[in-house]
Amino acid sequence: MKKGWISYPYIFWMILFTLVPLILVLYYSLTATDPSGVTVFTAENFRTFMQPIYMKVLMRSVILALASTLICLLLGYPVAMILSGRDLSHRNLMVLLFIIPMWMNFLLRTYAWMTILDRKGVINSLLGMAGLPQLNILYTDAAVILGMVYNFLPFMVLPIFSVLSKIDRSVVEAAEDLGSDSFTVFRRIIFPLSLPGVVSGITMVFMPAVTTFIISKLLGGSQYMLIGNLIEDQFTRVYDWNFGSAVSIVMMLLILVSMGVMSRYDKEEMGGGLL
Amino acid sequence: MKKTVKKLYLFLIYLFLYAPVFTLIIFSFNNSKSRAHWDGFTLRWYGELFQDRQIISSLSYTLTVALLASLMATIVGTAAAVGIFNMNRLAKSFVMNLTYLPVLNPDIVTGISLMILFIFMNLKLGFVTLLLAHITFNLPYVILSVLPKLKQLNKHLYEAALDLGAVPLHAFRKVILPEIMPGVITGFLLAFTLSLDDFIISFFTTGSGVSTLSITVYSMARRGVNPKINALSTLMFIVVLVLLLIINKRSSGGEDSSGAKETAKLSNLI
Amino acid sequence: MRKNRIIAPVLAALLLAVLLTACNGAGSAPGKVTINVFNWGEYIGETTIADFEKAYPDIKVNYENFTTNEDMYVKIKTGGSAYDVAIPSDYMIKRMLDEGLLDKIDMKNVPNYKYIDDRFKALSYDPGNEYSVPYMWGTVGILYNKKMVSDPVDNWGILWNEKYRKQIIMPDSERDSIGVTLKMLGYSMNTKNTTELEEAKEALIRQKPLVQAYVVDEVRDIMIGESAALAVVWSGDAYFCMSENENLAYAIPKEGTNYWFDSMVIPSTSKHKKEAETFINFMCDPKIAYNNTEYIGYATPNTEVMKMLDPGLVADRNAYPLKEDLENSEIFEYPGDEINKEYSRIWTEVKAD
Repeated sequence: MKKGWISYPYIFWMILFTLVPLILVLYYSLTATDPSGVTVFTAENFRTFMQPIYMKVLMRSVILALASTLICLLLGYPVAMILSGRDLSHRNLMVLLFIIPMWMNFLLRTYAWMTILDRKGVINSLLGMAGLPQLNILYTDAAVILGMVYNFLPFMVLPIFSVLSKIDRSVVEAAEDLGSDSFTVFRRIIFPLSLPGVVSGITMVFMPAVTTFIISKLLGGSQYMLIGNLIEDQFTRVYDWNFGSAVSIVMMLLILVSMGVMSRYDKEEMGGGLL
Repeated sequence: MKKTVKKLYLFLIYLFLYAPVFTLIIFSFNNSKSRAHWDGFTLRWYGELFQDRQIISSLSYTLTVALLASLMATIVGTAAAVGIFNMNRLAKSFVMNLTYLPVLNPDIVTGISLMILFIFMNLKLGFVTLLLAHITFNLPYVILSVLPKLKQLNKHLYEAALDLGAVPLHAFRKVILPEIMPGVITGFLLAFTLSLDDFIISFFTTGSGVSTLSITVYSMARRGVNPKINALSTLMFIVVLVLLLIINKRSSGGEDSSGAKETAKLSNLI
Repeated sequence: MRKNRIIAPVLAALLLAVLLTACNGAGSAPGKVTINVFNWGEYIGETTIADFEKAYPDIKVNYENFTTNEDMYVKIKTGGSAYDVAIPSDYMIKRMLDEGLLDKIDMKNVPNYKYIDDRFKALSYDPGNEYSVPYMWGTVGILYNKKMVSDPVDNWGILWNEKYRKQIIMPDSERDSIGVTLKMLGYSMNTKNTTELEEAKEALIRQKPLVQAYVVDEVRDIMIGESAALAVVWSGDAYFCMSENENLAYAIPKEGTNYWFDSMVIPSTSKHKKEAETFINFMCDPKIAYNNTEYIGYATPNTEVMKMLDPGLVADRNAYPLKEDLENSEIFEYPGDEINKEYSRIWTEVKAD
C-alpha cells in the first residue's frame, strides 16, 4: 500500500492519452506543410488567427458566454436562495425536481428547444391561439443564449445552493438580533459568504458556454460562428489540422486565463469546487 | 406575500426547465409529425422506435461503452487514488495536475486531441478508440471521488491490521476498501453518467459505424422533426426519474439526513 | 453498505439491458461480413437496407450519414474509418481518384450496370467507368413558397432581395453556396480567379443579414412547415417538399446552375470489396432503384426505373432536365488543392462574419 507503483498504470495511461495528445496538438499548431510537402515550424497559424475576422469569432464567443453567465447568475441566485431557505417545504423533492432535467441527454434537450422555438413551433402556436404576434426566435442569437442558459443554469444554481445551505444559521440570526433588516443581512452576511459558490457557478457556466459548438449550430442555424464551431469546422470540413490546432491552443489559453481570473476570487482549494 | 412571490418565481423557473421535456413527451403521442397541431393519440412512434436499427444499435453501444468504461475507470482509478495518496509532495502534485487536465480541458479539445493521437498511432476509429476515450475522461472523476475518502481514513487501522498478521492485500480488502467504498461507488456512478451523456468526445473518437445515442440524435435532429426521438426522450425521462427517486430514497434514509445535499453534491460533479 | 443494495440490482439490470440490445443491434454472428456504407442523409429508400440484408443474409450493413462532400472526404482521407461503399459527388470523386483513395470496381460483379443510361457513362470525372457507378443525379435550384414570394423566381439575385429578409435559407455547403453566388455575379462555378472568389465572398457576407439559417437537411422541414420563403436546395429535396406541401415550387434560374451526379465508389481502405460490389449491384437493381428514387425524390440514371416512374415526372424538365436545359449549367470540378483551400477559407470567413 505504501508502494506508489500501484498507480503506475494510471500515470502511464494519462501520459499517453492526455499529455501526448496535447503535445501533438501543440506540434500541429506550430507547424505547416509548404507546397512541396515539407513540414516547417512556423507561427503562421497563430498569425492567421490574429486576423480581425477570427478575433471577431473569439469576441462573439466571449460575449455570448458572458451574457449567458450573467443571465444564469441573475436567474439562478434567487433559485438557490429559495431552495436553501428555511421556510421551504419538501426541500428534498424540490431539489430533486430541479436536477432531473439535467440528467436528460444534452442533445435531446437542445433538440426539444428547436421544436419549441421554430416559427411553426409550440410557442408560436400558443401565441397564435391567444391572438398575439408571432415570435421569431429560432436561428437568432437569442435562441443561442436561451439554449446556453437552459443547459447551464443548474451548474450555477447547485454550487450556490451547496454553499448557502452550509451557512451557519446562527450567524444570520445574530445579525438579525442586532437589528439588521433582511437586505443588509443579505448584503453583509449571506452574499459574501456565498461568494465561493458564486465563483464556482460562474466558472462552471462560462467554461462550457465559451467552448460549445452544438448550441450555436442547432439553435443558431450556423450563423453565429463561435470558437468551438471554428475548431470543429477545421477538423471536419476544411481539414486544416494546423490552423484548427492553433485555435484549440487559443481556446485552452482562454480557459486558463478565465480560471486564473476566477481563482483570484476563490480562496478555497480548487478541488473544493468539485466536491 | 413574500412566500407567494418565492413560490411563483420557483414555479416559473421549473416551468422553464421542464418545457422542453414536456413538449417532447406530449408530442411523442401525437399522431402526426407536426409540432403545431394535435392529430390524435397514438403509440406508433414507440413501436417504430424499437424497430429503428440505428437507434437500437446506438443505444446498445452507448450502454456497453458506458458500463465498460466506468468499470475499468473505477478499478484503475481506485488503485491510482491509493497510490497517489501515498506519494511524496512533488510526485503527487505532478500526478494531480495530470489528473485535472481532462477535467479542465474543453470537451472539444479533448476530443480532437484524442482523434489526432489515434490517427497518429494508425488506429482505426471505432469501438476500441471510443472506449479508450471514455476511460480517459472518466478516470479523473473516479480519482477525485475516492481521494477525499482516503483522506478521511484513519491510517492506523491499516497498520494495526498488518501488525495483527494480515497480508497487505488482505488488509486492503478488509480495512481500506470498505471505508472508501462510498467514494468508489460515487466515482463509478459519476463515470457512468458522464459516459452516457457524452457527445463531443465520442463524436471525434468513433467511426466505422459505431455510434452512440447522442451522435444518432444529433444526426437525426439535423434531418428534421422525428417523433421517434420524442418517444425515446420520454422513455429516457421515465428511467432517469425512477433511478433518481430510488437514489434519493436511499440517501435520505441513511446516515446523511439531508438527501438534498447528497443529490446536489452528486450532480455538482457533473 | 446501504449503497451496495441499490448497486447490485441496478448493475444487474444494466447488464441485462446491454445484453438484450447487443443481441438485437450490434451483434454479428461468425461468418457474417459487415460492410460500412457512407451516404448522404435521407438518400436511400425506406426499406432498402433491410431488403438487402434479407436478400444477402451473410452481409450486415452499418449505415452512416454525412452532410457534405467535404465532411465525407475528411473522414475517408484521415483513414480513421474503413468504409466499404461511399456515395460522393462528381468533383469529390475526381479528387479522391487523383489521390488514390478509390479502388477499381470489378464491373463483372455489377451486372446491373447495364441498366445505367449511356448518358451517364464516361463522365469527365471517371472516363473509364472503372471507379464509380452512378446512383442519382440532379440540379441545384430555388425552392420557394408560391404564397410568400410575389416576384418571379428566375434569377439567383432574388436571394439578395431585401424583401425576403430572414426568409432565405442557404445551404451550409461551401461549393453550393459559393457556386450560386458566382453564377449570380456572372462567373463560372469552377472559377480559379481569386478576384472573382473574393467578390463572391463579399456578396455572401452582404447576404448574411437576409439569411434565416445555413442548414443542409433541416431545409426540408423548414420549407414544408412554411417557416421560410426561399431556399437553395438539391432537386430531390425540392420534389420531396413539393409532394408534402402544394404551395411549394422549384425553379432553376436562367443564369444557369450546378448539375451533379452522385456515384457509388469503393474506398481503398475497404476490406470487403466483393460484398461492396454486391451492394452496389443491388442498388442498381431496377426494383430497388425504383424504391430509392420514389422515396427520396431524386432523378435516377437507371433506364428501367425511368420506364417505371410516372411519365409526368420524367417529362418534367425541372426534375429530368434535357441537354439544352443545361447549357448555362456546370458540373463542379475539383479546382486543385491550392484553390480549394481558397474556397474553404472563403466559406469559413462568410460564416465567421
